[in-house]
Amino acid sequence: MAKSQVSMKVNGKAVEELVEPRTLLIHFLREKLHLTGPHIGCETSHCGACTVDLDGKSVKSCTVFAVQANGADIRTIEGMANPDGTLHALQEGFREMHGLQCGFCTPGMITRAYRLLQENNNPTEEEIRFGIAGNLCRCTGYQNIVKAIQFAAAKLNGVPFQEAAE
Amino acid sequence: MIPGSFSYHRPSSVKEAVGLLASLGDDGRALAGGHSLIPMMKLRLATPANLVDLAGITELKGIRADGSDVVIGAMTTQYEVIGSDLLAAKVPILRETSLLIADPQVRYVGTLGGNVANGDPGNDMPAVMMCLGATYHVMGKAGDRRVAARDFYQGAYFTSLESGDVLTAVRIPVPAAGHGFAYEKLKRKIGDYATAAAAVVLTMSGGKVASCSIGLTNVAETPLWAEEAAKILTGSALDAATVKRAVAAAEAITAPASDARGPAQYRTKMAGVMLTRALARAKARARA
Repeated sequence: MAKSQVSMKVNGKAVEELVEPRTLLIHFLREKLHLTGPHIGCETSHCGACTVDLDGKSVKSCTVFAVQANGADIRTIEGMANPDGTLHALQEGFREMHGLQCGFCTPGMITRAYRLLQENNNPTEEEIRFGIAGNLCRCTGYQNIVKAIQFAAAKLNGVPFQEAAE
Repeated sequence: MIPGSFSYHRPSSVKEAVGLLASLGDDGRALAGGHSLIPMMKLRLATPANLVDLAGITELKGIRADGSDVVIGAMTTQYEVIGSDLLAAKVPILRETSLLIADPQVRYVGTLGGNVANGDPGNDMPAVMMCLGATYHVMGKAGDRRVAARDFYQGAYFTSLESGDVLTAVRIPVPAAGHGFAYEKLKRKIGDYATAAAAVVLTMSGGKVASCSIGLTNVAETPLWAEEAAKILTGSALDAATVKRAVAAAEAITAPASDARGPAQYRTKMAGVMLTRALARAKARARA
């Protein structure tokens, strides 16, 4: 099969590659660009470990062909830290609130939560849970993942984080 | 999981897409959001030699009012349906239904056109479109035609679309102001297809049902329009005895498969339970 030329912006950097049309975006990111932050979990569009931000939408990169992302602006977990190298509020929240155990789901969780907070900067706990419903944590650490996102929302809004009483 | 090889086409107009699909015949498939097709390709259950990506066709996008109808372009995503103020005001059952489809990531990409055109009995929008009396705009080799949603579904993954056809838009007659509506979906978990689901749109007048329409999801090879059940309810005050008769009539037209979502008998009963709940909620929302 003839290869297709694709160009896109990934974490602020322009990239241009030849790909087979059947190349999935997740394989393109991991194997061509060596961005191994987005993980391959279920490969069936369920788990969300491969989530990346594509033109302002959270997408499961195992269910998008790289050719479909031609011209897109993509952000992965590798592009999440602040320009000065300090952690993004979400990354800090996951560290502070123990938002990860094995860490496999974390890049997808943070990338998804990033878009969620872009759309709703002060979500309720229910909105957070509904908003990350496409991301599975098989350690089942959801309680602390939700807290981590609340921590990040508070930090981005410049208000002190108040952990809800259990 | 890696799909089989294919050639990728990205037409910029419906005409070009139809021409491509017509000339490719069975070797070509239209690609909308891809969230049904790409998983099938990864499993090699679908192995199209050519994909015709509709994403570059701007005329397939957008939501607009047209007289007493709303027209939704086929490539409009579930996310855009959820965010539409026009739809929230005119046809709110669409937002309620979209929010029950899959998960946020899938809704950003999955399209209304793909959902209704695929013919998957598990998809939620087809029964809602039958309930609403929607019409599908289809462009094919011989020009464009319109097909009623209620006539469109012939079997699982089998619709009145022919090779070379592209479903371009969905036209929905706006239900009367003050109508009640509900989509009730039983699912095992977020992201799952329905064990059974029911869509209801009704109007009330003087405490009685003035009009009623019912669609059922995933309890047969096709979505179902429960015409007889709706007829039984029309003119009633939705009293318990009449609702029971209507639910029995709706259950009678189901023919679900026994699968991981439960045995057939259970799924039929759940269709009845979903309908009962949808009727109660639609009534509570209706004016007068």
